[in-house]
Amino acid sequence: MNGTINLTLKVWRQPGPGQKGKFEIYQAKDINIHMSFLEMLDVVNEELILSGKDPIAFDHDCREGICGMCGAVVNGKAHGPKKGTTLCQLHMRHFRDGDTIVIEPFRSKAFPIIRDLVVDRSAFDEIIIAGGYISVNTGSAPDANSIPVPPQNAELAMDAAACIGCGACVAQCPNGSAMLFVASKVSHLALLPQGRPEAAKRVLSMTGRMKELGFGNCGNERECEAVCPKQISISHIARLNREFLKAGLFSRET
Amino acid sequence: MSLNPSIPSGPLEAKWTKYCSEIKLVSPANKRKFEIIVVGTGLAGASASAALAELGYNVKTFCIQDSPRRAHSIAAQGGINAAKNYQGDGDSIWRLFYDTIKGGDFRAREANVYRLAELSVKIIDHCVAQGVPFAREYGGLLANRSFGGALVSRTFYARGQTGQQLLLGAYSAMLRQVKAGRVSLFPRREVLDIVLVKGQARGIVARNLVTGELESYAAHAVVLATGGYGNIYFLSTNGMNSNVSASFRAYKRGAFFGNPCFVQIHPTCIPVSGHYQSKLTLMSESLRNDGRVWVPKDPKDKRRPEDIPESDRDYFLERLYPSYGNLVPRDVASRATKAICDQGRGVGPTGYAVYLDLSDAIKRDGKEVIEKKYGNLFEMYERITGVSPYVSPMMIYPAVHYVMGGLWVDYNLMTTIKGLFSLGEANFSDHGANRLGASALMQGLADGYFIIPYTIGGYLASDSFPPVSPSQGEFEDSKKEVSEFIRRLLSVKGRRTVTDFHRSLGSIMWEYAGMERSDEGLRKAKGMVEELREEYWQNLLLTGGEREFNQNLSKALRVADYLEFAGLIIEDALTRRESCGCHFNVAYQTPEHEPLRDDQNCAYVAAWEYGGKERPPILHKEPLVFENVTPGIRSYK
Repeated sequence: MNGTINLTLKVWRQPGPGQKGKFEIYQAKDINIHMSFLEMLDVVNEELILSGKDPIAFDHDCREGICGMCGAVVNGKAHGPKKGTTLCQLHMRHFRDGDTIVIEPFRSKAFPIIRDLVVDRSAFDEIIIAGGYISVNTGSAPDANSIPVPPQNAELAMDAAACIGCGACVAQCPNGSAMLFVASKVSHLALLPQGRPEAAKRVLSMTGRMKELGFGNCGNERECEAVCPKQISISHIARLNREFLKAGLFSRET
Repeated sequence: MSLNPSIPSGPLEAKWTKYCSEIKLVSPANKRKFEIIVVGTGLAGASASAALAELGYNVKTFCIQDSPRRAHSIAAQGGINAAKNYQGDGDSIWRLFYDTIKGGDFRAREANVYRLAELSVKIIDHCVAQGVPFAREYGGLLANRSFGGALVSRTFYARGQTGQQLLLGAYSAMLRQVKAGRVSLFPRREVLDIVLVKGQARGIVARNLVTGELESYAAHAVVLATGGYGNIYFLSTNGMNSNVSASFRAYKRGAFFGNPCFVQIHPTCIPVSGHYQSKLTLMSESLRNDGRVWVPKDPKDKRRPEDIPESDRDYFLERLYPSYGNLVPRDVASRATKAICDQGRGVGPTGYAVYLDLSDAIKRDGKEVIEKKYGNLFEMYERITGVSPYVSPMMIYPAVHYVMGGLWVDYNLMTTIKGLFSLGEANFSDHGANRLGASALMQGLADGYFIIPYTIGGYLASDSFPPVSPSQGEFEDSKKEVSEFIRRLLSVKGRRTVTDFHRSLGSIMWEYAGMERSDEGLRKAKGMVEELREEYWQNLLLTGGEREFNQNLSKALRVADYLEFAGLIIEDALTRRESCGCHFNVAYQTPEHEPLRDDQNCAYVAAWEYGGKERPPILHKEPLVFENVTPGIRSYK
């Protein structure tokens, strides 16, 4: 299966934070269908540079779908049309010759635009800073096999821990909620015996910080789950809610 | 300049314990007065930042990505080695030490490698306590698998996302210290110079990638954990932003560069599909636990691979290396694959690929078991190629993956610049001429969690530190130099893009300084790189300005350094008059085409000193002394 396609791109261009942006139209010609979406943008950028224009700024690093650095809203969907796929792993064989593709940054009050498709997601780091960890100092741990963990719990924890922090969940949520992101960390650690001692404190401080940073609340729209490149289930939000209730009812933490 | 590895005396097994009990300590009250800069937030940088801050030091941590959680350690798939012997299959610290030093073709320091093996067990304990969701057996205990170059099962893993989970553990530990007020984060910063004051590393100059401003930061010591330079080959499995610049600037300031020609080419990556290709994707070595590598016996056999019967397949790794089979070390598997393809026996549209086939394992264990072990890798393969490995075997080909070379460091992980330390892939220390699978994660975390917190204390306690301000002369001078460099690049105003230059550089390096090298080819490459570098400074086309978010400019700065650094890789490869591990010079091979070492003359670490602008680098040799193992023929047959 080989071949090339021609596309029309409508791309959000914005020179800097707080500045006015607009859509620009570019033709992407002779795009090999085995290219990744970002490689297609590379090709368009090379042409822009050769004609003396500023290339489209977009974040990317591993291009293997794991670092969480890339991402844009493609035709209204965060990371584009293919389920369970980051933008860097979306290949052009999923588009048709003559398609028009609208490319926008992840939009959210909590993710200010830096340039074009590049946004500032440091609010995610802030949420982790609030409590997304187990407080253990280096060198004081007991033997790794001293506490057995039921494999089904370890597997569930791993499902949640697979979050790459890309922000697609926030971009797609009508409320701009970071609930799936927060839930994935809360759930991951709550499922493991090592994470239990701080479970109550963690869920309260992380959800509290999420609100302070300007993220909205969860309205059960399930849009986050639908675009999550790691297909993290909203059942983790349910677990977060249980942890939250338990913390409120039984914990002395506030 | 003398090259002192500072290896503690005493028996191998007791060196680190003795060192720790004798090292000078900094009092808890004084730790608060020390500032440490850590550059890079991969496993080594993040773990170092966390551990140093837990001790009470003030840490400033820098990374190029928008968040420290994205450093390229995150992409490591397969696992992390540790000599836990949980499987009771005869593993021990000694065996991990021996496998690692043999895997490195006896070109690493005994003392460093032993310490690494010793610390491996503590890493697993710590990571489990942090909540890293390692794979477990039905009874709830930790599971293991095997990796290349070992006959035991000592690799711990979290699906095919081990690097991600370990990194998120280290990242979270570091962010806990941000909350404690002992780590300050500086994301989207690219370090462009190391500032020396009176011979000590006392700070850095970094470019703020959002505003384009140059910023100075002062400290009592600087730790570089900036990863490897595999991207010099253009196509590699490295993240797009990984680069040599911070290490290279350190080299130019007097830090020696160790074994730059030791570049690991990983045997199992998804083959190149076209000119537009921007990077390559690894398929984890763990697949070789259950996968078999083969090509059709008849090169003209055009049947679909699943239709080719067993009798018409050549499982060449099993044929050539019956005792290790598909689990030979990476350098060995890569060379064998290249040789098969060079003979015209490769498969796929380009002929530069071989099959990695898990169908026997699927038949044996069932699809469900294989899916659990490798599901995410299979999905990744299918997303990229459009072909399902459950139906048809994967096609793979070697690609640049890791560099064993890096800044030369002593046992304290300190470079030849006082107060400048280097950790993880950025240093040269533990893997000799070839790294075994699942050992990079181990080294990054050993360096960061368990070694630097001790050794940096020893340095801070035994030297004196006059006050330094980031606005003083040395910082201003360095800023001026960096700024001048940037302006010169912007003023070239030529017609060729950075990516185009980078691609050309990569193809020269891959062709002549890649898996197989010859004196003739290396000399040719040297000339070609020189020419390309000249053209770069006359014909580079950049857009945008200095004081803005300008990814094109960032890339141009990195490629400018690569064009210079390439010369050092080539020089190192030319100077080493033997073949060892990843470094295969066709002039030195056994009749079976295996690398032929010269222990008499080449048992050394090459430590290169910057000779000055447009002057050749100066080679220093650190002799490698083997008191505990006898360098033998590295046979996997």
